[in-house]
Amino acid sequence: MPLRIERRPRPSRAMSWASPLIAAALTAAVAMILFALDGREPVSTLWIFLTTPLADLYGFGELLLKAAPLILIGVGLAIGFRAGVWNIGAEGQLVLGVIFGGWLALEFGGAGPWVMPAMLLAGGIGGALWAAVPALLRTRFNASEILTSLMLNYCAQLWLAYLVFGPWRDPAGFNFPQSAPLHPDALLPIVIENTRANIEIVIAVAAALVAWIFIERTHLGFQLRVTGAAPGAARYAGFPVRRAVWIGMLTGGFAAGVAGVGEIAGPLGQIFPTASAGYGYAAIIVAFLGRLHPAGIVPAGLLLALLAIAGDYAQMMLGMPSSIGGLFQGTLLFFLLAADVLTTWRIRRVEDAPLPATEAA
Amino acid sequence: MAGPEAGARTTRDDGPILPPPLRLELRGIRKVYPAVVANDGVDLAVAPGEIHAIVGENGAGKSTLMKVIYGMARPDAGEMLWNGREVRPRTPAEAQRMGVGMVFQHFALFDTLTVAENIALALPGRPKLEPLSRRIAEVAGRYGLPVDPRRRIGSMSVGERQRVEIIRALLQDPGLLIMDEPTSVLTPQAVESLFVTLRRLAADGCSILYISHKLEEVRALCSKATILRAGRVTGVCDPRAETAASMARMMIGADLKALRPAARQAPGAPLLVIDRLSAPSPDPFGTALHEVSLTVRAGEIVGVAGVSGNGQAELMDALSGERTSPPGTIRLDGRDLARMGPRARRRLGLSSAPEDRLGRSAAPDLPLHENALLTARAAQTTAWGFLRRAKIRAAARRIVEEFGVRAGGLDAPAGSLSGGNLQKFVIGREILNAPRALVVTQPTWGVDVGAALTIRQALAELRDRGAAVVVISEELDELMEISDRIAVIAGGRLTPAIPRAQCDRDAIGLAMSGRLDTPAAEQETADAAAH
Repeated sequence: MPLRIERRPRPSRAMSWASPLIAAALTAAVAMILFALDGREPVSTLWIFLTTPLADLYGFGELLLKAAPLILIGVGLAIGFRAGVWNIGAEGQLVLGVIFGGWLALEFGGAGPWVMPAMLLAGGIGGALWAAVPALLRTRFNASEILTSLMLNYCAQLWLAYLVFGPWRDPAGFNFPQSAPLHPDALLPIVIENTRANIEIVIAVAAALVAWIFIERTHLGFQLRVTGAAPGAARYAGFPVRRAVWIGMLTGGFAAGVAGVGEIAGPLGQIFPTASAGYGYAAIIVAFLGRLHPAGIVPAGLLLALLAIAGDYAQMMLGMPSSIGGLFQGTLLFFLLAADVLTTWRIRRVEDAPLPATEAA
Repeated sequence: MAGPEAGARTTRDDGPILPPPLRLELRGIRKVYPAVVANDGVDLAVAPGEIHAIVGENGAGKSTLMKVIYGMARPDAGEMLWNGREVRPRTPAEAQRMGVGMVFQHFALFDTLTVAENIALALPGRPKLEPLSRRIAEVAGRYGLPVDPRRRIGSMSVGERQRVEIIRALLQDPGLLIMDEPTSVLTPQAVESLFVTLRRLAADGCSILYISHKLEEVRALCSKATILRAGRVTGVCDPRAETAASMARMMIGADLKALRPAARQAPGAPLLVIDRLSAPSPDPFGTALHEVSLTVRAGEIVGVAGVSGNGQAELMDALSGERTSPPGTIRLDGRDLARMGPRARRRLGLSSAPEDRLGRSAAPDLPLHENALLTARAAQTTAWGFLRRAKIRAAARRIVEEFGVRAGGLDAPAGSLSGGNLQKFVIGREILNAPRALVVTQPTWGVDVGAALTIRQALAELRDRGAAVVVISEELDELMEISDRIAVIAGGRLTPAIPRAQCDRDAIGLAMSGRLDTPAAEQETADAAAH
């Protein structure tokens, strides 16, 4: 009695929301198998793995600190993804935010309280400009934005490395590749006392709300959704695909740029060549795990942040490599994509050999 | 059997006992798809050398039945006998080895390869091109299918491509040839020559299953017909002894209603003017438009006939605004629209509805109410750029109610509607926007008879309210029914539109093949030839 995969009459909404939960459950199962193979008690190890980071207020603050850029970038990317614009270059756009915001901080740090908001704006503009390159190449020459935006990540990374190894190197920094510490005026205010959680989490949640209203309740958001869901219908209706590409790329780039400023003006406090912890890539997982919907992206960002922090703790508490957090992030995306197949397809048992039965009849 | 009339009709059937074994017999075929029972206990008997019609509306189960015979779908119940032996083809290759050939409605040919190369790809083994070309020429000559084996498919007309498909099937010496809606892409003359070919084939002993919803053609060609409705056989008859109306009744289960005659007024002033419009095609195998001119007055429907691929898609793109045109070539009530996009044109009163519902005139994954918003006027559905959701839902509800759209609520995705219901929704949406001019292509393509009637009626009423309507269609019958004037598009050129009363099917057919400049000039030669 073989199993057969067949198309559903229509995509299942319930399955679309259940699939992240299925993916999370399967990831947990894989985690427990890995722990067991390592000679540990699987259930309690998983419990320790997931709850240790949240054991105190400081840990909770770390979670918000890490989740903020993931949510912010994820929301920005999701607007593009809904419009069928595949911006894979958030990592590079984040680095441009570091460069633009960092320049402002190094140049004007201490000039007044306007510096911090100006840095956020400048970082956003930097990210958007970086995203404008693939947008231009796509609208002008029909070059795939997936490739161009991805390749620009490396360019941005090298640009930042040049700056930090060269002109921006701290003269008092013992020749380490890092800038001078940013002036306190250039740092983001802390929102929860005795933690490192700063105002970026508030910005990220606000961005999610604005994005929700924009995509679901405005005509422009509707146009983007049509462009993503049925490009032919968008052309017919007169919703320019080029404009969708520009809006999709620029919002993603702006959000990533702001998140970049959030790193140097937040936990880092100075500029390193490795300013990003891979948020630009992880945010892609966040966006899809959150069903490209702002209301889903917030919990998805928190979950991914938890996995990342848990990886760090695993190194300290369990003696496992910290990259185990990244491994679970990848596993989660893998199972999510697999489970997503079930929103448009379903598995059915087929009764084979119905023909002989009718022969007998 | 539905009702006494149907029962009486089937008594003309040859009866259960036939002397020679049947070429093909199906007993109680049942095929269930996730959402629908496509075939429900279908019986079919085809004698050797018989041209047998399978008649039914869209969605009646014709295609599924053919897939079962051709090994593309496995039935859930029932049996199939080939020359009296039970068979169960599991793939098209098995069906072909058995002796079943099929010519699909949508051809499967490579544009960049030659005829011989295309055919070689489909044959078992690796036939050498030289001897194969000779065999092609031989079969082509025997059945009156002139085709040059060395020509590339990309340069061929649709009718020629169909010949290639038929030759490809014939080279496998089939005992049964399935033809799926073969005439939907042909000119009337090409239909005649196809019929000559099919009759010759049948005389040589090859059975033919002829799938169609065009009843006049079935009456002209076939000696037997099996009629399907909603997956069941509703009649078996000799079409030559039936009228189109009596078969239509078996097909739709009710009498075919005629279009209500309209209270016609004389057409008004020129409204939509296309003035020497030339446009290249974006598609390398498309057709460029050459100096297309057409004037449509307020209160008239102008039909544009033609075989598909002769510039219809390009003309639609130019009129809808999806591609802009040189200044001055498209005017609405004197205003130049040629450089405007679709939204600006719609705002000024020029709307359009292309035939591709799933992904062009509607977004299949979005709910119905958002599909109503697709072409709605911004002034009524938005405020400061925000959606006025109550107004949008009300607009969608109005479309659904006024045009009898059957849907699972306004939140149902557009793709979940049947073809007919979605097309009613699309046409209704455009009509309720009260356009001054409306351009539609193939408005009843893939739509059931009832929905087709609703749509044609709605177009006629729009015309009667003083709108200029252009219907671009490959269905000449449809154009003859609803148009006031008819023009023909061939090779990207448009003939002048002539009043329907003066239209001659043969003349239009010749113009469709691109051989003469205007149907009017043509008509004279046709008349002269007749005398």
